[in-house]
Amino acid sequence: MSRTTPTTTWDDLVTSAMLGTDRRTPPDGAPAPGSQAPLALLDAAAVHTVRRRAGLRPSTARPRPDPAPRDDRRELPGPARRRLAALLADRVAPAGSAGRRGAAPDLTELLPQWLAAAEAHGYRAPASALPALLDAARARTDLRPLALRFAGPRGIWLAGHNAEWRFALRGTAAGTALPAPGDGPAVRRLWEEGLFAERVALLGSVRAHDPGAAVALLSETWRTERAEDRLMFLDSLRTGLSDADEPFLEQALSDRSRNVRATAAELLSALPGSALAGRMAARAAECVGLDRMAKVAAIAVEAPYACDAGMERDGVAPAPPSGRGERSWWLGRLVEAAPLAVWPERLGGRTPEEIVALPAADGWGDELHAAWCRAAVRQRDPHWARALLGVSSQPTARGPGASSLAERASLLGTLPAGERAEWVAGFVSAHGLSEAFQLLGVCPVPWAEPLGRAVVDALDIARDAGSHPWSFSGVMGLAERCLDPGEASRLELLTATPDEPEGASPGAGGYWSEAFRRLVSTLRLRAAMQAELSA
Amino acid sequence: MRWTAEQVLALAPDAASRRAGSGLGLPGPWSETGGSGTGAVWGLCRGSDGRPYRTVVDSTGPAYRCSCPSRRAPCKHALGLLLLWAGGAGAVPDAEAPGWAEEWLAGRSSPARRREERAAHGGPSTSAADTTAADTTAGDTTAGDAGAARRRAERRAARITAGARELEQRLADLLRGGLASAAQSGYGPWEETAARMVDAQAPGLAARVRELGALAGSGQGWPARLLEESALVHLLDRAWLEIDRLPEPLAAVVRTRVGLTATAGGPAVRDDWLVLAQYDSADAKLTTRRIWLRGRETGRTALLLSYGAAGRAPGLALPPGLVIDAEIVPYGGAGRLRAELRERFGTPVPVKAPPPGGSTEEALAAYGRALRDDPWLDAWPVTLEDVVPVPSDDGWQLADARGPSALPVAPAAGFRSGLWRLLAVSGGGPVTVFGECGHRGFAPLAAWSGDSPETVALTSTALS
Repeated sequence: MSRTTPTTTWDDLVTSAMLGTDRRTPPDGAPAPGSQAPLALLDAAAVHTVRRRAGLRPSTARPRPDPAPRDDRRELPGPARRRLAALLADRVAPAGSAGRRGAAPDLTELLPQWLAAAEAHGYRAPASALPALLDAARARTDLRPLALRFAGPRGIWLAGHNAEWRFALRGTAAGTALPAPGDGPAVRRLWEEGLFAERVALLGSVRAHDPGAAVALLSETWRTERAEDRLMFLDSLRTGLSDADEPFLEQALSDRSRNVRATAAELLSALPGSALAGRMAARAAECVGLDRMAKVAAIAVEAPYACDAGMERDGVAPAPPSGRGERSWWLGRLVEAAPLAVWPERLGGRTPEEIVALPAADGWGDELHAAWCRAAVRQRDPHWARALLGVSSQPTARGPGASSLAERASLLGTLPAGERAEWVAGFVSAHGLSEAFQLLGVCPVPWAEPLGRAVVDALDIARDAGSHPWSFSGVMGLAERCLDPGEASRLELLTATPDEPEGASPGAGGYWSEAFRRLVSTLRLRAAMQAELSA
Repeated sequence: MRWTAEQVLALAPDAASRRAGSGLGLPGPWSETGGSGTGAVWGLCRGSDGRPYRTVVDSTGPAYRCSCPSRRAPCKHALGLLLLWAGGAGAVPDAEAPGWAEEWLAGRSSPARRREERAAHGGPSTSAADTTAADTTAGDTTAGDAGAARRRAERRAARITAGARELEQRLADLLRGGLASAAQSGYGPWEETAARMVDAQAPGLAARVRELGALAGSGQGWPARLLEESALVHLLDRAWLEIDRLPEPLAAVVRTRVGLTATAGGPAVRDDWLVLAQYDSADAKLTTRRIWLRGRETGRTALLLSYGAAGRAPGLALPPGLVIDAEIVPYGGAGRLRAELRERFGTPVPVKAPPPGGSTEEALAAYGRALRDDPWLDAWPVTLEDVVPVPSDDGWQLADARGPSALPVAPAAGFRSGLWRLLAVSGGGPVTVFGECGHRGFAPLAAWSGDSPETVALTSTALS
């Protein structure tokens, strides 16, 4: 190696090595005999390599990232931090055995609840958990708003550095980079210069702060917005809708875009005092009245024969969807948009309950009831909702006014939380669980005591009847997330594997007890999670 | 001292165990749980058929015993029990150990038992004792054994020498014909040469040859990389062939680099060892676990290696962020960091402050110094203080917070998600980072932010 001189450059050596010493003698000056040339080259390369490695110098730093904004929320207590790590770690584990779920809780399903509770307590996400949190939000859109709010400014900052987390910057992160809604000049600047998503988020935040200011902001640029943007902006007025919005909405009824017109009409019809609602009331009253010819009280219906220009301007689409007659379609549009207060007056001073019970001539009953259901939801009228829902424990599964479960679920949404749970509890007690899933979904979590008891009893009955446990897996999953954790001890009794009743599905007993054990352990886990967060 | 859930999950031998274990980390299936306050935990876990399994863990080991049929260590019950214990005193109260647990724990804690265990693993300390005890009666056989061992060693050295000569010839042919033509002939000839080195009982050479085969045609700049590594193989060949002329510390390095097993033989060092990092790398046959330790008093860095046969977790597991009072015994050879963990004292405690570190400049200087003792060294463990991670699509950097210098982050660091955790923890500000610094760049393994003394592992798969 002593023959090597430092003047031989590394590039020379690499070139010789590439071509081979048979073709190119190593340029180290001393002519090595042919057989020795390759080894001389390796000697020289070894010296170069070790010298280069031993003499490595730092490189020049590129521009450093801007520091993340401060997050002044409280630090998570230790046990809660460890719980979060476990919940997030479970997510990356391979989602192995589909089908049988075993007796262990499904941690992924508890993450939304944990995040909501952590947010309510005002905790800051631990920095080291942010990548896993963003990955979770990326994989599950339903988690996004919660996960991003919890991730906070540092999470958004981090997402800005990784293309895979770009979604976090798209407006869904309400309130992160937005100016304070009361900061007029900043709001105006972002409204005029921001990206679409930023502007939607901005409008939402201003609307929540001062509904009138949002309308004022929107009015200024309304004429220059693109049709699909106008539709989105108009949609954000659903929050905080009031009579003060009427002039703006009334003007939007003449919009160039049909979708914008229809949305404006829908919003106006949710304001029973609006001029549009009045026009619709007049039109609907022309079509629906008491049947003077009938011996018993009944409703007579004369559906419209045409959709005139006025109706069309007020949001009635002249062409019905395929498969529907145009007259019944128009009738439905008029009745759903008319203020519900018009009917007692129009139908002989009857209460909503009495009106819902009246028969309708010529088979118009279903059409009328469906339209009233939509009206009750749109106008958020609990009195009518109650009338249309009827008594939940009545023997027929069909209600007086609302026939489909979807209609009932929306009507329940207009009732106060406690009443909602009570109604669904009655329904479950009377009709079991097979149709209750959608209705359970609208009840506030954790389930109120009577509802929780009704669900547990119904599950117990289903098991005793030897039903297939897997046909209840939806309700079971819901119960794991929604039952009050305090129910756990009462449920402990159900976790034993029972003797299989006659005619039961083979093996069902084992599945049932496994499902109940999972239910109990999930409830225990939720109780532990709450305790950790309240510490 | 109770562990954290991350620390427990880091013990899991595979993802399936981690998932199953975290499912059992709840009070539901457990009964009669208890802990000794000195690191022992036990409990009964209801199995799927209703029969309880008896699970005991000695967290100071950690060592596990469970009556379940699983061959994984730790099994899901042990993981679940540890998670439960990590959750707090509510689920696992301090208690007297029941008979079945006490029996196993007592067996573990007796020093005699530990010596036996070590003897079973072929530890050198007891064999010396055996020799003296057997001195008078079996002196001849011992001498005979030593003679046989020496002859075996000589035979092996001769085979390695033959292998090294053959490899030299192979390298000469390679350089004579040119790297360009070698790249065209593909991986086959390399694999054949590697097999010859295995036959020559030189696994160290075999591994390097395989690496050469992987380098040929491996993307931009491959000729330079291939020449570098070929030159270092050549250097190792030459060093082995003339090992008698080398000073002993360097000769010891050469022996281990070629593939002769060294034994831990240095004087024992007792210290409070901070567990800096633990990570696994696996090939088809073997999982290798590396655990980096740093002594609080001695300032010494040590590497513990532990192996698991295909698909099984290595036996030794130390969660990063803990400090253990223990004795280690270093392996021979200059500048080598490897050590063996021996006696442990007391229970682990959480780390209170990050290890002291230096600048990027100092990190490279440390690597350069280490090359004097071992020119084949790819990287050296260092701690960087006050560095800012700089993300970029063209490769990340760790930049001095005060100063213009930076180290490139090793592109081959197989812990992509760890980099994002590093950036998250830094929030754009300075952090302390432990990692391996070498000619390929800096591979970050653990980080500490100014906000908390918590050790953020950048390698654990538990939160990847």
